[in-house]
Order: sequence, then structure tokens, then C-alpha cells
Amino acid sequence: MKLDQVARGLLLKEFVSGFVLAMKYFFKPKATINYPFEMGHRGPRFRGEHALRRYPNGEERCIACKLCEAICPAQAITIEAGPRRNDGTRRTTRYDIDMVKCIYCGMCQEACPVDAIVEGPNFEFSVETREELLYDKQKLLDNGDRWEREIARNLAADAPYR
Amino acid sequence: MTFWETFCLVALTALKSLVMLSALLVFIAFALLADRKIWAAVQLRRGPNVVGPFGLFQSFADLIKFVIKEPVIPAGANKAIFLLAPMVFATLALASWAVIPLADGWAIADINVGITYIFAISSLGVYGVIMGGWASNSKYAFLGALRSAAQMISYEVSLGFVIICVLLCAGSLNLSRIVMAQDTSLGLFGWYWLWLFPMFVVFFISALAETNRPPFDLPEAESELVAGYMVEYSSTPYLLFMLGEYVAIMTMCALGTVLFLGGWLSPIPFAPFTWVPGLIWFTLKASFLFFMIAMVKAMVPRYRYDQLMRLGWKVFLPLSLISVIVVAFVLKLTGLAPGA
Amino acid sequence: MTAAAAFFYLFAGFAIASGFMVIAARNPVTSVLFLILAFVNAAGLFVLMGAEFLAMILVVVYVGAVAVLFLFVVMMLDVDFAALRQGFQQYLPIGGLIGAIFAIELILVVGSWAIDPGIVRTPIGQTAASEALTNTQALGRVLYTDYAYFFQIAGLVLLVAMIGAIVLTLRDRPGVKRQNIAVQNARTQGMAVENRKVPSRQGVEV
Repeated sequence: MKLDQVARGLLLKEFVSGFVLAMKYFFKPKATINYPFEMGHRGPRFRGEHALRRYPNGEERCIACKLCEAICPAQAITIEAGPRRNDGTRRTTRYDIDMVKCIYCGMCQEACPVDAIVEGPNFEFSVETREELLYDKQKLLDNGDRWEREIARNLAADAPYR
Repeated sequence: MTFWETFCLVALTALKSLVMLSALLVFIAFALLADRKIWAAVQLRRGPNVVGPFGLFQSFADLIKFVIKEPVIPAGANKAIFLLAPMVFATLALASWAVIPLADGWAIADINVGITYIFAISSLGVYGVIMGGWASNSKYAFLGALRSAAQMISYEVSLGFVIICVLLCAGSLNLSRIVMAQDTSLGLFGWYWLWLFPMFVVFFISALAETNRPPFDLPEAESELVAGYMVEYSSTPYLLFMLGEYVAIMTMCALGTVLFLGGWLSPIPFAPFTWVPGLIWFTLKASFLFFMIAMVKAMVPRYRYDQLMRLGWKVFLPLSLISVIVVAFVLKLTGLAPGA
Repeated sequence: MTAAAAFFYLFAGFAIASGFMVIAARNPVTSVLFLILAFVNAAGLFVLMGAEFLAMILVVVYVGAVAVLFLFVVMMLDVDFAALRQGFQQYLPIGGLIGAIFAIELILVVGSWAIDPGIVRTPIGQTAASEALTNTQALGRVLYTDYAYFFQIAGLVLLVAMIGAIVLTLRDRPGVKRQNIAVQNARTQGMAVENRKVPSRQGVEV
């Protein structure tokens, strides 16, 4: 009993078995993804950067109902509505989201009756100054134009469960 | 010797040192990357892979980052000693490479007491640590320095006895002669790692402790002491500490190669293998030792401080002391002793 | 030859200057660091004399081990220099007297010390070379033949000092838990874990 223990100690049995185990892991496929070049999977309900969508004919979806402003728990949204237009609809003159306040809860997109404000799949919008995170309407509309394909696909994928 | 002869000798030595130094530093830049990559691979991570192909230029990017950052000197620090410490550490680490023979006759200074020189220089390395820790005027740095100094001194003792074992077998303090003494017809199996296997293990583990590598990285145990003696350092002074640490690790790898792995000798002592230049064999062997050191970092958990001291004083010291006596007796009785 | 002379003056100058700084420095840690510089310069002088083994051993033993312990102690101490310097004027006459006596003794000793003219002509390095021995071998040959007994006695004195230090500091405190790592490593699953059937509403005796 004692002797074989001493022998194992002198022959570094534990070190060798540890080394073999480490070498097994050494050649295993990596558990991490090569992030900036490879993206992890994001579900259709992923709540990332906000975007204001348009109809296919280029018309803004948002009708200035201010439901999102009302429901926002962080009070990050500020909307000013313009006067009623000839066709009887309203549009916003100002639609600001303070991305610093936003908690990405997704209440705004739940509240929106016309699927105008949505949280897109993009999460890489870090910037160097705080001011750049105070999004205005133009920025949100640009986001919508840029991410429309992904957003539409995500909405379609999620539609059966709503 | 005329003035010009002296001048040419000095200039030639300076040129050799310069070539050696730049080659060593470039090698260490890649060794550092390899260290991180190996550690990452065992943990199923990728490691640095963005700067250059496969992240090959990561170390150079880090170098530039360290150099252009602002050095912060704490208000209560002893400024002169604070700045002197990293320079002492890095310079001493580099100085020991002067005597290491990279191939047959390829040493800048092939002095008779080469091994004692390396031993002396590495025992001086502790001053950089202790000066840095004290001059930082910080509790963590001071505790780290004390731990490190005690650890380095403790393991130097058993390292010394291991070296004496090799010296008994080789019969010389000259590093080139130690390598030549291992040049037998047995090749790989004639080197001292086999004949002095327990001492090789003690040497390897003591080398880890001597260079503050995991699992003996208590001086910079980040869970307790933040970063130990380096905690107040930033920018170039920090870079010098880190450089010195890796140079010391490479020195230990080179020393292990010379003492136990037959230096520049080919592992298989006949034709096609003996044509390969000695420098390549030396580099391969040193890299193998470095790989082992990196693997130990990845697979062994950190020692507790009292366990570290126990291992040094109660296990390695008696073991190496006994083996000095045993080796001496065996050499004397079998008549294998050099010069007998 | 001129290069050797230049290095001699360099090392000697640094050794003397750092020796002076050891007593002149305000901070004791700085003093110890200058002491180390003095040791290193002395080692440099040894190298110039051809005694490279002695030089390296000087560095290993004095700089690498002894001075580190000095540095440890000095760093741990919280020396108040104002208090230390208070009695400087008061003790100056006695200190000066003792210093003068030592200086006179030294001068007398060195003055009456006649050096064998034969030694001067053959420096240490050359004697070693003439016998085709390296410095280390020459030292070992002398140390383990002519002076073997003295060498052993010196070793014994050190051993006694070591035992004395251990005896003085060893305290056998009762009730201290000690870790036996061999026993811990020898533990197996069977020794540590036990599988028991626990009857309902009764529990088991532990």
C-alpha cells in the first residue's frame, strides 16, 4: 500500500495523468466562437438596438400614438406629434430614445400597434461619446432602413407565437 | 595586445551581444504568445488571434501599448528605487544569456565558471522584486515582494544542489564542457535527464518556483495580492518586469537544456540528424521545456504558501542533498568520475 | 593592460563610494542597497584578479542570500531617525576615541605586515594558469587537501550555529493541528465516503 504510493509519487503519476488530460483538451474543438468574425446565434425575439420601420412604399409606420412613450418604464422615449395631415393621419416631428436610459425591456415594441418601433438584432452600437447614444428620429429611421430585412424576418418567425 | 586589437574584440563582443539580444527578444515575444495560446487551448479558448495571422503580432502590439502609456508613479513611492527596480530585474535577466552556449562554441563569453555566473545572476534577480515591492509603498506590493524573495531564496538552495549533481557528473563549471560531457554514443539516453531523472524533476519544479511561474505564482496571486510586487507599476516599468520574468523563464529553459537535455547535441547520434545545426536542436529543446512550463500553468492549481515552503525545505532540500551524496559515491565507486 | 587598469579604478572607486554611502545614506534601505553595490564591485575586483570563482561565490552567498536577509530585517523595522540622531553630539567623544584606537591598530598591523616579495611577482591568476588548472580546481585542490580539516571545522561551526538558531526558535506548542500531506494524499474514496441506508423517520448514528 505504502510502497506503491511512493512509487507513484516518484514516477509523477498524477502529473502525467494531468498532462494527458490537458493534452486531450488541448486538441478538442474550441468552446468559444471567434467573435468579431463569427456571430453567436440570436433568436428572433432578440432585443437589441432600436429601429423605426417604414412601409414598403417608404411611408413611416409611426403614427405618433405615444403608446411607447407612455409604457416605457425607464422613460427613455420622447415624442412630439406634428399636426394632422391631409389624409387624416399624424406623424411625429420628434422621436428621441435615450439609449443610456433604455433597459431593453421590449415594452415599446409590444405596445406599438403598427410595428413601427422595434428592437432589432444589432447589439454592436458602442460609441465613444455619450451624446451619440441619444438617438433622434433620423438615426432610428436609418437603423430601420439598414436592418429591415432582418427585422422583417424575425417578426415573421415570431408571428405564430403572438 | 595593441589598442586596435582590443577595440575590435570589444566591438565584436558588442555586436554578438546585440544579435543575441535581438534574437532572444523576438523569440520571447513569440514564446509569450505561445504561452497564452497554450493556456487558452487547454481551457478550450482561442487566445489572442486578431493582431496579424493567428495573432502572431500580439506581443508587438502589447509592446507598443505598454510603451506609449503613461507611467504612473505613486505619490508615496521612493521614486529612484521604484524606477531602478524594473531596470535591475530586466537587465539581470538578460545578463545571464551571456554565457549560455547556443551551439558548439556559440557563447558570447565561454567562461570557466559559467554555471556559477548564471546562479549568481539569478540570485540577484530577487533584488528587482524586493526593491520594487518596497519602493511602491503599498501593502500588497510589499507582501508580494516578501513572499517572492522568500520563495526565490528557498528554491535557490535546492536548485544549487541539483546543479552540483550535474557538475559532479560533468566535472566542469563551464557550460560548453557540461554539454560535451553528455556527448556519448547513446545519444538521447546518454544525457543527464535519464541518469539524474529525480534531479531533472526537482530542477524543473524549482525553476518554476524560481521564476514565480504558476503553480508557484504566489507573489502575484491575483486573488489575494492583486498583482503582488508589480501592483503599482504601469507602462514601461511594468513591461520591463514582465520582460524580465519571461527572459528568466527562457533562461531556466536554456539552463535545463544545457544541464539535462544535452544542449546543442542531436538526440540521435548518427548521420542525417547530426547534420542539423546545433542551434536548431537547442531551440527545439528549450521550446519543449517552455511548452512544459506553459502546460503546468494550465493544469496545476496554485500552491498554498506553507505548502510551497514545505515542498522546498522538507522535500526538495533533503532529496537533492541526499542525491548529491549518492551521485558522488556512485561516481567514486564506479570510477566514472571525470578526471579520476 | 590599460583596460584592466581602467576597470580596476572603476570598480574600486564604486566600491569605496558605495561603502561611504552605506554610512552616509539617510534611509537604512538605501544603505543596504549601497552595501550590495559594494559587494558587487568587490566581486568585479576579484574577477580582475583572476579569481572568478571567488567572485561568483561572493555574489551568490553575500549578495544573493545574506544581504537579502539584511534587507528583510531593515525593511520590516520602523526606524525613527530623529530619535537615533539625538545623542550624536553627546556620544561623539567616546565614538571618536574608539574609532581612533581602531585606526591606530589597523595602521600598526598593516604597517608591520611584510609581504613575501615572491608572491607579488606571481599573481594568483598566474599561479593557477601555470599549473594548467582552472581557478576553481586550484581552490578545490588546496581546500580539500592542505586545509581539509580547517574546512570541515568551519563547516561544523556553521552546523552548530544552525542547530543553535533552531533550538532557540523552536517552540513545541501543544494543540496545534498539523497537516500530514502524505496521509491526505493516501486517502481514497473508500476511506472518506460511506454509503448508508437511512431508515425513514429514524436517521442514523454518525
